[in-house]
Amino acid sequence: MFGFLLRRLAVLIPTFIGVSIIAFAFIRLLPGDPVALLSGERVMSPERHAQISAQLGLDRPMVIQYFDYLGGVLTGDFGSSIVSKTPILKQFLALFPATVELSLCAIVIAVVIGIPAGVIAAIKRGSAIDQSMMGVALVGYSMPIFWWGLLLIILFSGILQWTPVSGRISLMYFFKPVTGFMLIDSLISGQKGAFASAVSHLILPSIVLATIPLAVIARQTRSAMLEVLSEDYIRTARAKGLSPFRVVSLHALRNAMIPVITTIGLQIGVMLAGAILTETIFSWPGIGKWMVDSVFRRDYPVIQGGLLLIAGIIMVVNLIVDLLYGLVNPRIRH
Amino acid sequence: MADTAKTQVVSSAALRRQMLAEFWFYFSENRGAVIGLFVFVALVIVAVFASVIAPHSPFEQYRDAVLVPPAWLEGGRSAYLLGTDAVGRDILSRLIYGAQYSLFIGLFVTTLSLTGGILVGLIAGYYRGWVDTVIMRLMDIILAFPSLLLALVLVAILGPSLTNGMIAIALTLQPHFVRLTRAAVMAEKTRDYVTAARISGAGPFRLMFRTILPNCTAPLIVQATLSFSNAILDAAALGFLGMGAQPPAPEWGTMLAEAREFILRAWWVVTFPGLAILITVLAINLMGDGLRDALDPKMKRS
Repeated sequence: MFGFLLRRLAVLIPTFIGVSIIAFAFIRLLPGDPVALLSGERVMSPERHAQISAQLGLDRPMVIQYFDYLGGVLTGDFGSSIVSKTPILKQFLALFPATVELSLCAIVIAVVIGIPAGVIAAIKRGSAIDQSMMGVALVGYSMPIFWWGLLLIILFSGILQWTPVSGRISLMYFFKPVTGFMLIDSLISGQKGAFASAVSHLILPSIVLATIPLAVIARQTRSAMLEVLSEDYIRTARAKGLSPFRVVSLHALRNAMIPVITTIGLQIGVMLAGAILTETIFSWPGIGKWMVDSVFRRDYPVIQGGLLLIAGIIMVVNLIVDLLYGLVNPRIRH
Repeated sequence: MADTAKTQVVSSAALRRQMLAEFWFYFSENRGAVIGLFVFVALVIVAVFASVIAPHSPFEQYRDAVLVPPAWLEGGRSAYLLGTDAVGRDILSRLIYGAQYSLFIGLFVTTLSLTGGILVGLIAGYYRGWVDTVIMRLMDIILAFPSLLLALVLVAILGPSLTNGMIAIALTLQPHFVRLTRAAVMAEKTRDYVTAARISGAGPFRLMFRTILPNCTAPLIVQATLSFSNAILDAAALGFLGMGAQPPAPEWGTMLAEAREFILRAWWVVTFPGLAILITVLAINLMGDGLRDALDPKMKRS
């Protein structure tokens, strides 16, 4: 297992260096003067230009600039936003919990509904239940989620008036963030109704973000179960007289879960992309909306830092998924 | 001599016909796939004959008909079947012209990422060694970014336009083709027929493109349909974020972006463009499922 970990890390490091080169090159690839782009000052005298250039180290050779940048990144210095002048890492850490909270809720919805749906569809293969569930899954898989979010807003916020349209919690409530997770913070604060308000704000964005992963997990679970159910050891288990429930839950599901775990892990990247759209629609103050806003504000240092941070997170999550996969399926380690 | 050549040609054509017939047999067993195919063909016809079918110009603003509801609702007019948008443009006509955008986006992006992916994948799988390592690490790097984020950033560099958006999406979809081609090439390369071709003097180009590639097409076709629908979804998402096709283009995602502020007042300006995206993507995905089943030998129950 340790060797497996080392091999995975050996692949991860060059990838991370490549990602950091892309993030570094990004500002230099932009049409226009990097000094103006990184400082945010449009009009400046030649002296001011030289001063900023020296201050940001842009007058030095590219290679040194890159190692400077990499050194900064490894010590947590991603530069500062042009617009708000605050450090990028600080902004990221303040917004990241909102995205994690949303993504966690979405993945819980997707797994809790998706896996049982896939199992039932596989057991009842070819039946009306199977066909309708897989039909719904294919619709979910094909869904433009930005439109789906707008439809839910029309129905639940517009017509039924059940849920709020945007944000994480009603403006009535204010408390200091302790964990950054609104569900937990609102409970800790002890304010009446705060938790309910947080839940009502979270529910629609979670459903929207969960839609595609839910469809993918249901489809993957079904096909993995179908494959496992046709194996000889399942027939043996049935022949031994085990109850159908035991056969499915103990023998089949365990083995079918192996590819499903990978699928769930791969959905993390999908979710971070989905968060860009979901957070924009619901004005959810997370990193997806932060990135979109930065692109609109032409806040290039933030785009650069955000790009690297998000890619880094996806790489770490993929590594964890790989290790988990190696743990449940020893065959893959070699 | 001439005779044998002729019979060979006939038999290979017959073989092809038989393979097609077999493919259609398995494809048509999947009812959803056939429905998807019909919807897709209908969309192509709508896109090609948009100027004939559309009742109005997609850009004409009827000042006396702003936010008119669909014809079957109270206040709707039969001239505007699906209603009009906030500046009085006929939504149905815009949707019909929008089909041109979506199908073109799908075709362009898929062609670009497919050809690029096949070329790079063939080289990686055929030559292996350091070339392969470098290429695969590069693909890992692209895969480390969520596709929409990478597209968004590339568009931020290149400037918001549909062309830049399509290039960005093609780039993010390409690694899947590279991986598939590479894996298939590596599996096929050691087969006897490839060795036979090499011994009879086939050069690397002939080996790559004429000998090996035709035997790797099944997974590539399935992936291409997936890319087609992904490209349409991603381009619509970029348009929705204001980073793809620019107004007044009747691109479905861009239409949704323009309609956002009216969602609580005029549901139809939001509902129909999204429905058009969903139906198109669903039809292509249904076809993709059918293709996968028909082309995957494991699924065949002969």
